[in-house]
Amino acid sequence: MINKTLTTKALTGILALGLAGTTMAEIRIGSTLSETGPASFLGDPEAKTLRMLVDEVNAAGGINGEQIDLIMYDDAGDPNRARTFATRLIEDDEVVAIIGGTTTGTTLAIMPMVDEAEIPFISMAGAIQIIDPVQPFTFKTPHTDRMACARIFDDMQARGITTIGMISGTGGFGSSMRDQCLDIVGDYGIEVVADERYGGQDADMTPQLTNIRGKDGIQAILNPGFGQGPAIVTRNYSQLGIDLPLYQSHGVASQGFIDLAGPEAAEGVRLPGTALLVGDQLDDNDPQKSVVLDYSAAYEAEYGMPVTTFGGYAHDAFRLLVDAIERAGSTESQDIRDAIEATDGLVGTTGIYTMSPEDHLGLDISAFRMLEIRDGGWMLAD
Amino acid sequence: MRISSKQITLLVLLALIAVAPFFFPSSFYYRVGALVFINGLAVVGIVILTGYAGQISLGHAGFAGIGAYACALAPAHLGIHVGLAAILGALISAVIAYLVGRPILRLHGYYLGVASLGFGILVAMVLSNEGQLTGGPDGIAVNDLGLRSVLNDMGLSLTNSEFWYAFSGLTLVVGAWLALNLYNSPTGRAWRALHGSEVAARTVGVDVARLKLQAFVISAVYASIAGSLLALQNRFITPEVAGFMHSIEMVTMAVLGGVGSVLGAIFGAIILTVLPQALTVFAEHEMMVLGLVMMLVMIFMREGVVPTLLRFFRGRGE
Repeated sequence: MINKTLTTKALTGILALGLAGTTMAEIRIGSTLSETGPASFLGDPEAKTLRMLVDEVNAAGGINGEQIDLIMYDDAGDPNRARTFATRLIEDDEVVAIIGGTTTGTTLAIMPMVDEAEIPFISMAGAIQIIDPVQPFTFKTPHTDRMACARIFDDMQARGITTIGMISGTGGFGSSMRDQCLDIVGDYGIEVVADERYGGQDADMTPQLTNIRGKDGIQAILNPGFGQGPAIVTRNYSQLGIDLPLYQSHGVASQGFIDLAGPEAAEGVRLPGTALLVGDQLDDNDPQKSVVLDYSAAYEAEYGMPVTTFGGYAHDAFRLLVDAIERAGSTESQDIRDAIEATDGLVGTTGIYTMSPEDHLGLDISAFRMLEIRDGGWMLAD
Repeated sequence: MRISSKQITLLVLLALIAVAPFFFPSSFYYRVGALVFINGLAVVGIVILTGYAGQISLGHAGFAGIGAYACALAPAHLGIHVGLAAILGALISAVIAYLVGRPILRLHGYYLGVASLGFGILVAMVLSNEGQLTGGPDGIAVNDLGLRSVLNDMGLSLTNSEFWYAFSGLTLVVGAWLALNLYNSPTGRAWRALHGSEVAARTVGVDVARLKLQAFVISAVYASIAGSLLALQNRFITPEVAGFMHSIEMVTMAVLGGVGSVLGAIFGAIILTVLPQALTVFAEHEMMVLGLVMMLVMIFMREGVVPTLLRFFRGRGE
């Protein structure tokens, strides 16, 4: 019996020691991303981007002469794990700032932690509740889903569309964007006459699309959602021969979507996207052009695959942080936070960021470009 | 005076909880400890159901989901305190377990496994699809328990993670104590009889259907309380808590540590909670290492880690 107690105690001790200890470095930045799991198509390019950029900055001499030590964990999209890793980053690794929170769920799980520990935190998740109301230590880089809705409705208005149908995913992204779109659609004089849903694992959306097509006077269809759902919707759409404009969300702005839906089915699909996807079509005096092309070239050279909007969010988050640390000239969390909040005109791939105490996103709707899929690639629609 | 094995188990557990913090290099480990205890509590429920009564449930996360969301929703809609909400959640879980289990447990074989699997998935779907009530897949915030500030006023100041370490540790000790008492009670003996052979148990007059139902309801309450503790500690909850993988995780922890023994189940919870943290360095190979550990345990320690080790030490002592 004594044996057992001793063994268990010793074991605990060994495990505790095994968990401890990473080497000290100059500027320690933490990150918890959903590199695997259901959100891996977001988390994977984010993680790749961060690793690449950290190497790049360190090779160029670091920030203010100090090297960056990036500590990255994979929360697999589970908010409980994300919270545990955030605790670990704050308490054990003692990082000065955290980049991460791939999904809205993981971000919301981390936010109370960073607020209590007073560590600046830049999220790469979409939902508006991350920055509204503003929490002093939480920032984010992607547009909100509300802005995506606004951009889409702007485009519909310009095309004279007044009656639409919606088909939304039931996942976090789809549900949240559906709610935001329904919330503001009235301001644009557009009426939603059909509101269909589909589950994350559904393999066929023809019944919902047939329902929508049957509505009187329908002029366009909007599909908030990400992952495989929108690709299936797009394919079913062309199989049914529906001859109405189809709008997708910014959640599918990657080459993977076109490949999955098939270039023919995706032809003519419109969605609000970032400059990143159409870098070479940008005007030469567009301030984003060089940033976007540099990032694309570096990423493609490093990993041999095309950039995605999501990797771009990580790029912007990292640039925001580096810029803030440089301007603060300090690695104190409070100074870094203040500097991020004072960000003015930082050019990223998603847009040009200008933060303020009331705005922890720093983008407006103009940063969204309306894109159209043509011949299996992205075209600026306006 | 002879110390019973029940008292030894509880003493070991208490000692573990009290001594472990001396090895903690930072307060992050209190968080891991608290998660171990919360998982341990759910797994003790599995020990009662699977280890004692021999029934398999693949949907216990559903009850954890009910317990967790009770803490989020009851204070908002019924205006009651979160602590009461946790108890309400446990009651709801018990009633649902009764209603689900009553028709199914009259049948032989693995019907409970299949039905509970469906039940768990159903709960997760309701939680993520009824967005206007549950906050949908992005989750919902939970009120503060408030016990820490009460302790603070009484002069016992603990950090948040220390408080949850102590609180969930004590809850686990109480849960383990109840489970150990049940083991040697008439009910526990009847459970073990029907685990050994349902036909034989029925022959000697055990009401098989009623006892199976009891075990199912009790283990559902354990899962529900564990879910509530998780929600209260995180102050935020998403439908993942009721997910299928969480159910499987509970059963895996119980089987790995030794499903017949309370201490074994807790040991299983320790391994499967701490190992992923220790393996972050080889994140890509985490699943492989976990799989290898599981395989080795299944091949060489078929009763689970703790019972096999106990037998080994006893065998040498004699």
